[in-house]
Amino acid sequence: MTTHDMTRGYRVFQWFNGVVLTLVVVVTLYPFANILARSFSSQSAIAAGEVNLVPQGFNLTTYKIVASDPMFWTNYRNTVFYTVVATLIAMVMTTCYAYVLAKKHLKGRKFLVGVAVFTMFFSGGLIPNYVLITSLGMKNSIWAIVLPNAISVFNLLVMKAFFESLPQDLEEAAAIDGLNTYGILWRIVLPLSKAVIATMILFYAVSFWNSWFAAFLYMDRSDLFPVTVYLRNLIAGATGADSYGAAAAEVTQVGANIQAVTIVLTVLPILVIYPFVQRFFVSGVMLGAVKG
Amino acid sequence: MSTPQTLSPAETPAPEAKPAAGRRRRQGGSSWGRALRRDWQLYSLAVLPLLFFLVFRYAPMIGNVIAFRKFEPGGSIFGEEWVGLRYVKLFLNDPTFWNVFTNTLVLGGLTLLFCFPLPIVLALLLNEVRKRALKRFLQSVTYLPHFLSIVIVAGLVMQITSIDGPINAFLGYIGSEKISFMQDPDWFRTIYVGSEVWQTVGWGTILYLAALTTIDDQLYEAARMDGAGRWRQIWHVTLPGIRPTAVTLLILNIGTFMAVGFEKVFLLYNPLTYPTADVISTYVYRMGLEASNFSYAAAIGLFEALVGLVLILSANVISRRTVGTSLW
Repeated sequence: MTTHDMTRGYRVFQWFNGVVLTLVVVVTLYPFANILARSFSSQSAIAAGEVNLVPQGFNLTTYKIVASDPMFWTNYRNTVFYTVVATLIAMVMTTCYAYVLAKKHLKGRKFLVGVAVFTMFFSGGLIPNYVLITSLGMKNSIWAIVLPNAISVFNLLVMKAFFESLPQDLEEAAAIDGLNTYGILWRIVLPLSKAVIATMILFYAVSFWNSWFAAFLYMDRSDLFPVTVYLRNLIAGATGADSYGAAAAEVTQVGANIQAVTIVLTVLPILVIYPFVQRFFVSGVMLGAVKG
Repeated sequence: MSTPQTLSPAETPAPEAKPAAGRRRRQGGSSWGRALRRDWQLYSLAVLPLLFFLVFRYAPMIGNVIAFRKFEPGGSIFGEEWVGLRYVKLFLNDPTFWNVFTNTLVLGGLTLLFCFPLPIVLALLLNEVRKRALKRFLQSVTYLPHFLSIVIVAGLVMQITSIDGPINAFLGYIGSEKISFMQDPDWFRTIYVGSEVWQTVGWGTILYLAALTTIDDQLYEAARMDGAGRWRQIWHVTLPGIRPTAVTLLILNIGTFMAVGFEKVFLLYNPLTYPTADVISTYVYRMGLEASNFSYAAAIGLFEALVGLVLILSANVISRRTVGTSLW
């Protein structure tokens, strides 16, 4: 750290470190740059394998094609709608339970914690879940996406840790002034918890925004798909060998640039918001995990 | 995955907020009645979440009985009649099952081998970056892939490895044969683990970097006094400092060993790459939801979940006995 640390060996190491980290950055960013270049390139240039970091045969045709597909926008809207509704419900459920779990004097609290934590290590598995959701009649409804994921145990524990760190005296004073539990939660605790609430909203929103499998499993109508399923169907079509067997060989080759454009349009919102929200995530993870 | 340390404090009995209430409780007897009367509003907040866990987490666990019962689509979700271990025997004698079992172990093992230590290495390298702004930039860049949908990652992988993609362009440039990576079972493991590292390595450094900041500077001071160079300082101060974090994450990694990323395999594989790519969870999907052998698939899925549970429990016990760190 100080100057007498700067031995020759250490300076060599610093150089080596710089090279390695530069490589890491290049490898991390390269796929994004490449996909962006492809999205603006001509079909023929892509097929010839000429596209690297700079668009070849620059054109916006593919963007126009994708943007003129009404299904793409329908699915995009679905994603927004599902994310908002699912996040809202998840926040209510998680906040309520986390607040209860944070009350150390509560009888049966250990049991309530155990009920949640056990599900982190053992779960029902795909088939029983599928059978359950279908027999609850939630196919082709938003509930199949929202309800089975209404509480993430990780988020729950982060919130619980935060609530536990709040000063107890404040709540006791509020109780003496005549507020009941709901009042204390609503008027005292939540206003003090804006930071953790914002973080949790981000955690949930990103996971619902990114999710695809529940929709893929439980929705048969393409006008209900989120955009992630739209994209997955493009990709699956393009490999020409997806799991649908017989039809696979005849699946039409989807232009590589249509895929590229769809990926760019799907990833864009995340890239735009990312710089602003990233630090919230990091502090949220720390909150959940680092305790001395 | 970063939950562990929150768990242990939750389990240890916390100092009682209201000692009087605590003492009263210990008298037993009708204390439940008193607790309900005093805290019914708190309990009422827990009702819906408990219902959630009951219906969407515990009911499917019980629903696994269809592994031992004949299940008819449209019938009871807990099956129609007992058939004993028929489906278990069936999959134990199924050569495809053993193939996907092996694939699961290999993919899980490779993932553990690379995705566990590499974040430690990257964290150590990042920790040596002196310029604050540069360090923050590096972190931002390496965290980024973590925020992407698995579908987008799969899309990127397909584009990069496609026959007209940059990797093949490079191979052509140096005069090698082009490779159709996604159709070649020999390449699947490399692609899977490579993309897994790409997506997770940066995010994985967060906890280690946090652990690094908690190491006491005096320890480095003392080590330097004793004549330790940079390498010895890393060996004797830095690495022991992050050991609890590393062990906890290792346990969690071992726990998810069997559940190798179903979604990613599912998005990346195709019949041509089944020989190396097909894992237990994807086989369960095809058997259960595509071929409608619900009971058979549930039996395999239950087996997978039980192995996972045993793995995490034993990893936890071993680590508690050997290094004294455990999840609970």
